[in-house]
Amino acid sequence: MGTSVSLIINGKTVTANIDPRMLLVQFIREHMQLTGTHIGCDTAQCGACTVFVNGNAVKSCSALAVQFEGAQITTIEGIAGANGEMHPMQAAFKECHGLQCGFCTPGMVMSAIDLVKRHGNSLSEQAIREGLDGNICRCTGYHNIVKAVQQGAANMKGV
Amino acid sequence: MNAPEKAQSAIGASVRRKEDYRFLTGGGKYTDDVTLPGQSYAYFVRSPHAHAKILKINKSAALKAPGVIAVYTGDDTAADKMGGLPCGWLIKDVKGEPMKEPPHPPLAQGKVRHVGDQVAVIIAETYNQAKDAAELLEVDYDVLPAVVDAVEALKPGAPQVHDGAPNNRCYLWSLGDKAATDAAFAKAHHVTKIDITNNRLIPNAIEPRAALAHYNRADESYTLYVANQNPHVERLLMTAFVLGLPEHKVRVIAPDVGGGFGSKIFLYAEDVIVTWASKKVNRPVKWTADRSEAFLSDAHGRDHHTHAELAMDKDGKFLGLRVKTIANLGAYLSTFGSSVPTYLYGTLLAGQYTTPAIYVEVDAAFTNTTPVDAYRGAGRPEATYVLERIVSQAAREMNLDQAEIRRRNFITAFPYQTPVALMYDIGDYKSCLDKAQKLADVAGFPARRAEAEKRGKKRGLGYSTYIEACGLAPSNIAGALGARAGLFEAGEIRVHPTGSVTVFTGSHSHGQGHETTFAQVVAARLGIPVESVDVVHGDTGRMPFGMGTYGSRSIAVGGAAIMKALDKIEAKGKKIAAHLLEAAESDIEFKDGKFTVAGTDKSVPFGGVAFSAYVPHNYPLDKLEPGLNETAFYDPGNFTYPAGTHIAEVEVDPETGVVQIVNFSAVDDFGNIINPMIVEGQVHGGLAQGIGQAMLENCVYDQETGQLLTGSYMDYAMPRAADLPSFKVDTHVTPCTHNPLGVKGCGEAGAIGSPPAVVNAVIDALAPLGVKHLEMPLTPERVWRAIQGKPTKVA
Ligand code: FES
Ligand code: FES
Repeated sequence: MGTSVSLIINGKTVTANIDPRMLLVQFIREHMQLTGTHIGCDTAQCGACTVFVNGNAVKSCSALAVQFEGAQITTIEGIAGANGEMHPMQAAFKECHGLQCGFCTPGMVMSAIDLVKRHGNSLSEQAIREGLDGNICRCTGYHNIVKAVQQGAANMKGV
Repeated sequence: MNAPEKAQSAIGASVRRKEDYRFLTGGGKYTDDVTLPGQSYAYFVRSPHAHAKILKINKSAALKAPGVIAVYTGDDTAADKMGGLPCGWLIKDVKGEPMKEPPHPPLAQGKVRHVGDQVAVIIAETYNQAKDAAELLEVDYDVLPAVVDAVEALKPGAPQVHDGAPNNRCYLWSLGDKAATDAAFAKAHHVTKIDITNNRLIPNAIEPRAALAHYNRADESYTLYVANQNPHVERLLMTAFVLGLPEHKVRVIAPDVGGGFGSKIFLYAEDVIVTWASKKVNRPVKWTADRSEAFLSDAHGRDHHTHAELAMDKDGKFLGLRVKTIANLGAYLSTFGSSVPTYLYGTLLAGQYTTPAIYVEVDAAFTNTTPVDAYRGAGRPEATYVLERIVSQAAREMNLDQAEIRRRNFITAFPYQTPVALMYDIGDYKSCLDKAQKLADVAGFPARRAEAEKRGKKRGLGYSTYIEACGLAPSNIAGALGARAGLFEAGEIRVHPTGSVTVFTGSHSHGQGHETTFAQVVAARLGIPVESVDVVHGDTGRMPFGMGTYGSRSIAVGGAAIMKALDKIEAKGKKIAAHLLEAAESDIEFKDGKFTVAGTDKSVPFGGVAFSAYVPHNYPLDKLEPGLNETAFYDPGNFTYPAGTHIAEVEVDPETGVVQIVNFSAVDDFGNIINPMIVEGQVHGGLAQGIGQAMLENCVYDQETGQLLTGSYMDYAMPRAADLPSFKVDTHVTPCTHNPLGVKGCGEAGAIGSPPAVVNAVIDALAPLGVKHLEMPLTPERVWRAIQGKPTKVA
């Protein structure tokens, strides 16, 4: 019945037979049990589901898993170091209190890393605010997220 | 002061959060992340109509769909004698009669009353199968005329939402001395009048609500995982009022919860239905809302229409305040829906002012909309908005400076009994205002305004000097006012043999950082590192009890319960130490993590006492039980009264009506502060929601059909990063006089104080153009129309 798909998640190759309607985010959460990637909306607006596909940030709620045959997917679980030490962006979110309930956080961190990759390590407040347009946070008022991204970006130099 | 390593756990230190590592690395466990073996999925069939009779439901096609396990409708819940969802607060009307409490069935009984009302539930092997089968459920509706606006609902001839609530009136309630207020108006030099709307909001916690129930036939017990702010309350309401289950057989776990803002306080139909269904199908049943369902089914907030009048003498001293509010309760009474426009609203109308006579009437209506209940601030933002708007308008009419009129009317002597039932214990409103004016550089404003003028832009400054009542609540007072629950909190301190500690609190963290703040309180008191303290919350199977988190109550009430339990730990520790040190108990002092014989260097560390308590070889077993584990319940003596000044500075482009907030300054008095970083974060979040209400957010229903027009993030304007400024926040401290930590609570202040500050600022900017009045949200179109002298009619 299902369709076969094979992709690489956080460095691990996975092959599965799935309902062709399965979204990438469902594949990640339900099939892989990687529940750090969240679902906050059904209109591709909130960014809670953001992951990397071949290095680029993608909203995993708005694509089918079968579209990603052979792709390299990185989720929030895949960005810390081998011994669990946090990525500089994760560390900056903690240091700057850039999260409260934590639900938007994985998507925010992924988008923030993507922003640095695209725009470099020194980011203005305005660039960060505009760059995070696809991610909604209801808790923090963004003030500390902006500070965190600025600090995380600076600390990502040479990473 | 403290040694450096201790400073890390000290009260007043910005300790980085203990919970963050799990959230940042994807290790959080929210309800939808929990998977139970053999779980099935529920999908709710909801009414597409705002108001309709259900003529017939035909299940047969849906039942035959692939993967479907069961389909239940209101007939099935009625056959099992399921009760309605209860309301937790009984309001008595002006005549002393109880409010109208029409039934609130978890699945519709013959009639639907708002778009999104639950009609049936489909349970299937997968979520997609349940959703597919929902398409096959045949429901015949006889569509009825609908009413969505509370003002319209109360008019004669309006469609009737409930047979048991004539004219759609739930209650007409009043507070204050009408005769005294009328007398004050009779001698007024000037009366300022205002008609304003508090726009309806949709809470939108980013984690959608979810519930996963499991029935265990072997011991007839239930476990419910649910995105909820108060699991014990959820359990009590569900078992006692709706399902008639033995409370001790139901465990409610609210694991990591992705924001609440009030919307996850309530007992919802979905929680009840999945719990009930898990026994019927004998499988775990999981339901997770999608965002569209959240828009339709999470309780909404605000939605008031108010006429207010303020009487003043010739110096602008307030003599009397008269307020008439029409409040929209939605289609049903939600858990605390009745208390929000009454005891959480009318009681706040004194604000920070000495107004001697106040009278408020609230007319509360049922409409064909989603139920309305507490949303961040709950009643207090509505009161603050009325008061701070009318005060600013009064200043303009009296030709007084915005700050000056406030100063002239500030309460300065405490305790202060307001004419609307509250007794403020302490505050220092003038210092907050002074500090906020410095922070906002009010002195430099005329120059900035002149500079903007040169660029063709209009600058304005808006004030809001707000008060809130938090730390809910003295149970006896709440009970006398109609609350059907106690409002204490419970805490347990479990000291382990090696001296580390687990704290069990009835408060619930869904972003507030209790795991850190409460650990700081305990670590500082016991003189142990913050790393040695873990805080557990959100599980009726582990906490002694809990009333949960809402109304900025966690530190003031939950923290106080922990302090009381710590008193008991210390008292028992002294007894043990006296034995170990061979001294009299009365000579033992406890400080910096050591029990010491006063005036000597004989001491035993906290860990030593803990060890003796669990390895009681050398222990006063004849006098004392082993173990070091104490529980306390704390019932507050009064509300707490956080207060402060918020100042917004805006720049308006008169050509386009676009408003930019160029500066937002807040100085709040939250009493003592445990973790300034977390407190600031709470203020930021509250400000974003308050500014969101003022600038962007608006829940709109079609007046004819009752369809929700703002049912997704494409239509409902959530504040995004680029919509908000950075904030300047500071605090001024007057410690609360009646709780052991001297704390007041900080979770709602931002959402309460900020909306009038923003609107007042825009009116200030546009007053030279003749603009006197604006309604939220301040969309460019509305502002532009007001400038053109054609104000938009508010829906
Ligand atoms: S869940 Fe993907 S954008 Fe909201
Ligand atoms: S931290 Fe809660 S939504 Fe962003």
